[in-house]
Amino acid sequence: MGATVTTANKSENTWGGGNEPMGASYGKLMMWFFIVSDALTFSGFLAAYGFSRFKFIDNWPIADEVFTHFPFMHGVDAPMYYVALMTFILIFSSVTMVLAVDAGHQMKQKNVAFYMLLTIVGGLIFVGSQAWEWKNFIKGEFGAIETKGGSIIQFVDNTGKRVKLEEFAVNLPDQKEELTRSKGKWFMEDEETLATYSVAEIQAGFKAHPELLVRTEKIYRDTEEDRKNKKLQPGLNENKKREILTRAESEIMVGNAHMVVEGANLKHNEYGSKLFADFFFFITGFHGFHVFSGVVINFIIFLNILLGTYEKRRSYEMVEKVGLYWHFVDLVWVFVFTFFYLV
Amino acid sequence: MSHAHEHVSNTKRIWLVFALLSVVTTVEVFLGIVRPEFLFMTNFLSMNLLNWVFILLTLYKAYYIVWAFMHMEGEKSSLRWAVVATVIFLVLYLLFILLVEADYVFEVFKNSTIKWNF
Repeated sequence: MGATVTTANKSENTWGGGNEPMGASYGKLMMWFFIVSDALTFSGFLAAYGFSRFKFIDNWPIADEVFTHFPFMHGVDAPMYYVALMTFILIFSSVTMVLAVDAGHQMKQKNVAFYMLLTIVGGLIFVGSQAWEWKNFIKGEFGAIETKGGSIIQFVDNTGKRVKLEEFAVNLPDQKEELTRSKGKWFMEDEETLATYSVAEIQAGFKAHPELLVRTEKIYRDTEEDRKNKKLQPGLNENKKREILTRAESEIMVGNAHMVVEGANLKHNEYGSKLFADFFFFITGFHGFHVFSGVVINFIIFLNILLGTYEKRRSYEMVEKVGLYWHFVDLVWVFVFTFFYLV
Repeated sequence: MSHAHEHVSNTKRIWLVFALLSVVTTVEVFLGIVRPEFLFMTNFLSMNLLNWVFILLTLYKAYYIVWAFMHMEGEKSSLRWAVVATVIFLVLYLLFILLVEADYVFEVFKNSTIKWNF
């Protein structure tokens, strides 16, 4: 591992690696270039997300309506608070990381170890929070209907308040049966999990509740054309909110129902555009994987600190290098936070 | 490497940057929940002002993370340019191409006779 700290090695000649034109050791420079390539990977993902969003700008889910949960506060509408907390946790673990690097410069082994431990704990809390966020997203809250055309419709009452499927669905004595591998045929292995309600139950329930209206994916823009649109329920539509249809139009939409969607996965998404769920899983998943590998690497370095490896080496540059990676993970989250939750 | 810093503790600056990042994040969350009318409803370059504010605040945070936490401020300018300029140029290029194209596709969907959302 002698090559990891080339700064201390002044005896090497230029062609032997003794020259450092950028003033950083070989290891640190390579970490920087790895970060450049990884940053470009994430930029590619986020730019692709931007592409899909601009392409479907009138149909994109509103983040405030998607991420509304907070631990131990059931039924309370708390948009963004939890993800803000997660952001703070990650920023704080970045602070402890930089404190560890700082203590390393002063060769204080115990301090480095302590701050490193805090960083690892912060990382673990973040990954755990991410898992919880995924759980809520996958489980869903209100449920929706996917039409034959593939668009998502949701239900509201005559004041515009969201209504859950369970609040109006009728229980029909139909024989719905999920074909498992033991019962189904070999070519039916892709059978999707049945939703709690069948389409017929939702349609019957909708008929029985005349106050219910349908809310589409499309966002109301309050233009001249939108105001003249006879299909929209007067008085309920607000600028930059989703369009709410009149009862007559709602009935047509419900008649077009194809399947019941609860929560989100890679194929269906009760919050709206399917691409939103795909990108959410992919980008936050890729970032979460970075955090996880960061925790593993930090742990290895932590063990090395305890073993006194860097005391023997008289340099804590390794801590600095993993620090760079850890801050980068934080940096990416700052952007993911903005483009998934705020913008 | 920055030998000058080796025995000087930067703890004060670290906490200062942490406070700064926290304040900016709080402001972002606050704006995200309140969504002030005049920012949210005013468009600039086909995006509302609120989103521009979010993006600017994010870049501001990114600057402090890279410069203070990743200690870019102590590196040689050749390293700074090699890393930062490369990323900024390529990202802007990519965004320009993809977003302009996406907007075009959106217009096609919107104005064509094909109904895709039903």
